[in-house]
Amino acid sequence: MKNALLHTLKKTTLALALGAAVAAQAASATELTVYTAVESDDLQKYAQRFNQAHPEITIRWVRDSTGVMTARLLAEKDNPRADVIWGLAATSLLLLDDEGLLEPYAPAGVEKLDPKFVDQNTPPAWVGMDAWVAAICYNTIEGEKLGVPMPTSWEDLTRPEYKGHVVMPNPSSSGTGYLDVASWIQLWGEEQAWTFMDGLHDNISRYTHSGSAPCNLAASGEAVVGVSFAFRAARLKSQGAPVEVVFPSEGLGWDMEAAAIVKGTQNLEAAQTLMDWAVSREANELYNEGYAVVAMPGVAKPIENYPADIVERMIDNDFSFAAVNRDRILQEWQRRYDGKTEAR
Amino acid sequence: MSTSSPVLSISAWRYRFSSETLLKLLFLLAALGLMLIGLVFPLYTMLLKSLQNSAGDFIGLANYRHYFSTPALANSIVNSFFIAILTMVLVVGLAFMCAYGMTRTCMPGKRIFRMLTLLPILAPSLLPAISLVYIFGNQGYLKALLGGASIYGPIGIVIGMCFWIFPHALMILVTALSNSDARLYEAARAMKTSAFRTFMTVTLPGVRYGLISCAFVVFTLAITDFGVPKVIGGQYNLLATDIYKQVVGQQNFQMGAVVSVILLLPAVFTFIADRWVQRRQTAQLSARAVPYQPEPSAVRDWTFALLCYAVAGIILLVIGTAVYASLIQFWPYNLSFTLQHYRFDGLGGSGWQSWFNSLKMAGSVALIGTLVIFTNAWLVEKGQAFAPLRQAVHLFSILPMAVPGMVLGLAYIFYFNHPGNPLNLMYGTLAILVLNTLIHFYTVCHLTSMTALKQLDPEFESVGASMKVPFWRTYTRVTLPVSLPAVLDISVYLFVNAMTTVSAVVFLYGPDTRLASVSVLHLDEAGYFASAAAMAVLILLTSMVVKLLHAALTYLLLRKAQVWRHR
Repeated sequence: MKNALLHTLKKTTLALALGAAVAAQAASATELTVYTAVESDDLQKYAQRFNQAHPEITIRWVRDSTGVMTARLLAEKDNPRADVIWGLAATSLLLLDDEGLLEPYAPAGVEKLDPKFVDQNTPPAWVGMDAWVAAICYNTIEGEKLGVPMPTSWEDLTRPEYKGHVVMPNPSSSGTGYLDVASWIQLWGEEQAWTFMDGLHDNISRYTHSGSAPCNLAASGEAVVGVSFAFRAARLKSQGAPVEVVFPSEGLGWDMEAAAIVKGTQNLEAAQTLMDWAVSREANELYNEGYAVVAMPGVAKPIENYPADIVERMIDNDFSFAAVNRDRILQEWQRRYDGKTEAR
Repeated sequence: MSTSSPVLSISAWRYRFSSETLLKLLFLLAALGLMLIGLVFPLYTMLLKSLQNSAGDFIGLANYRHYFSTPALANSIVNSFFIAILTMVLVVGLAFMCAYGMTRTCMPGKRIFRMLTLLPILAPSLLPAISLVYIFGNQGYLKALLGGASIYGPIGIVIGMCFWIFPHALMILVTALSNSDARLYEAARAMKTSAFRTFMTVTLPGVRYGLISCAFVVFTLAITDFGVPKVIGGQYNLLATDIYKQVVGQQNFQMGAVVSVILLLPAVFTFIADRWVQRRQTAQLSARAVPYQPEPSAVRDWTFALLCYAVAGIILLVIGTAVYASLIQFWPYNLSFTLQHYRFDGLGGSGWQSWFNSLKMAGSVALIGTLVIFTNAWLVEKGQAFAPLRQAVHLFSILPMAVPGMVLGLAYIFYFNHPGNPLNLMYGTLAILVLNTLIHFYTVCHLTSMTALKQLDPEFESVGASMKVPFWRTYTRVTLPVSLPAVLDISVYLFVNAMTTVSAVVFLYGPDTRLASVSVLHLDEAGYFASAAAMAVLILLTSMVVKLLHAALTYLLLRKAQVWRHR
């Protein structure tokens, strides 16, 4: 009896102590507002992995497509609401850095990353995470039914048999859309690239808000060909969608997902903790679950539905060109294609 | 108190400055303050923004010149009017025939038809658009019916809008057609007037104001709707979707403000025209009128019954498609059933969290909104003192109806996100969503409250005052309980609209306050079509449950609180 009582008492004390510990932790927990364009089905996973190492920091995600997040950060320039950017296109971060929106910081262990994935300044304004690569989703069932062959190159998409069957992301809202446009310009030069896009535009059935939507539309048969990116294409194929992932022969546009601290954050210490983790080996292994090319050399393992030689197929991307000319290219794109009033 | 004897004027003076009147004054000022902060200041800020460049310098009409010289933008005006007028013609025509069937024939199944036609109101306007993709999209099961035309564009927009605007039109026309004088029809019959002539000379003139009002309402709803064209509009640009594209897609706030002002114009114009028409409508029906009782006529009854059943069938088909879409593994290649889309796995803020946020928001709007709006209406109607102030509150209470949701939402960004505004603490919180939704749907609730209050004898207040009972006691003990049916109507109206609205709140949610309706939009945008359908269905079910609870509660409370009516 006495024993039982003692036992209960012990239990209660333990519970109280635990409760106090939890309460103390809750009180000291820092909330970080993190802006991101990482695919939404992965956000929970990212936060969980980070919290395994740092349970004391809570992440509040704000997610939208790359263009939207970039524009939002620019719009909030005088009144920043984000602490950290984790997973936004490097071209966008270059732009934000030019506007003086980033707080330079060298995360612990940054020297282990491939130097190509780190901002050239010291300390760097941003650090890269992984590369995301353009790809085409082709619906095999609908392609056969409608007599639309599987494309092998970008140039193929301007052929008449693709008329009304191609979907592509709008480059002003989607980072994937912009890396496509920027890579075509780098591959062929301005003039030829715009001629190509004029031809492509005639075959486009619609421009979507997000970069993964074209692949989703192709997977569900609403479109035959979706210009999208490798991550989404490979994932949908693994999930059993009747899509073939096409890596066009001319070369693959790509952009880097990167992380940075927003200048003026009230939680600098926690932000630095997150940055330290974002360059760690665990983080790079996490990125590798979706992306074939990651910032830390020697980490990447091959991924299902990706070609083994994907690095060789990626174009020699000039990020500063893509960043500096972003506004001009998008203006021109809108002038040419955004006023498409006729539905097809 | 009308005499001018010194004693009485002193008591009048005292009355004027007694604590009770002071309290009333405070309440009225608070009501006015709510309208200024929730409506007038934000709209004014938006108007200013449309005259500034991105750095905030005044540049006159330069933004407007740019707008009208960019065909890609200005084309949307023509598109929006085309869609709105086409929708208006279709919906008013169809709703008139159905309303005629419900009021002027003996068609069977009127009650169930009426209940079914309420369904579209309980879902966000995104739902019909999502369903239409499954019905008429490239993989749609009835695609053949379109004969090669694409559902993405004007066709889809018009069908989707007809679906969710139809119930609004039907309610107005049923009311209009119910008020008829049977004596006119008797006279027509006595004079052996043909049925067609009777229809043209008796029926139509009798409902002409209802018809005009209905046309205005449909036009306004169609030109301001955002959900349908967002999902199914394809590359067909409309004013409402342009605002979203400019603001969210490109963060070009100035151009967003310009498009908003342009969208505000037709909405305000139809609003003024409608007020003018409604003023002329009064006392059309004399006290001696005899209600029209239709007599059975097999051919006529069944013709209208079949028409109405067809309409109900389409409503069920559209809703059924959304439910089906949410339960299918992977349309159109794997048709096995699953509940996994309702788990919203790994979709973070777009999942159940957003549904809880919506519940919280809708509950708060229903609770706070009902109290505030009804009390304000009471002050306006029964307040006695401060007539000019009461008039002002009344005027401001009617204005929100003329402001499209997209415009109100954008105006809130400008006003509440201004660094110099102390209220910017509200930005991104649930509070701003509640305030915005309350104002957005204020007018209908205000008018309902006024109607209910006008039915109460002003003697209640006089008796209360003469018994030295403070006005708030009369209000809580008599006015509120007696008006309970109207109060409950208002709260459920607010709840359902808060649950389904997407236009205004799409600009205002924060990382922790994403709403279910906004999630539907984002899920669809990112290509998670089945999850988008699941969330839309979830909203529909929530509204249905609340509506049923409301019916049950009204029934119980009426029995309990309104026993006095039977004495």
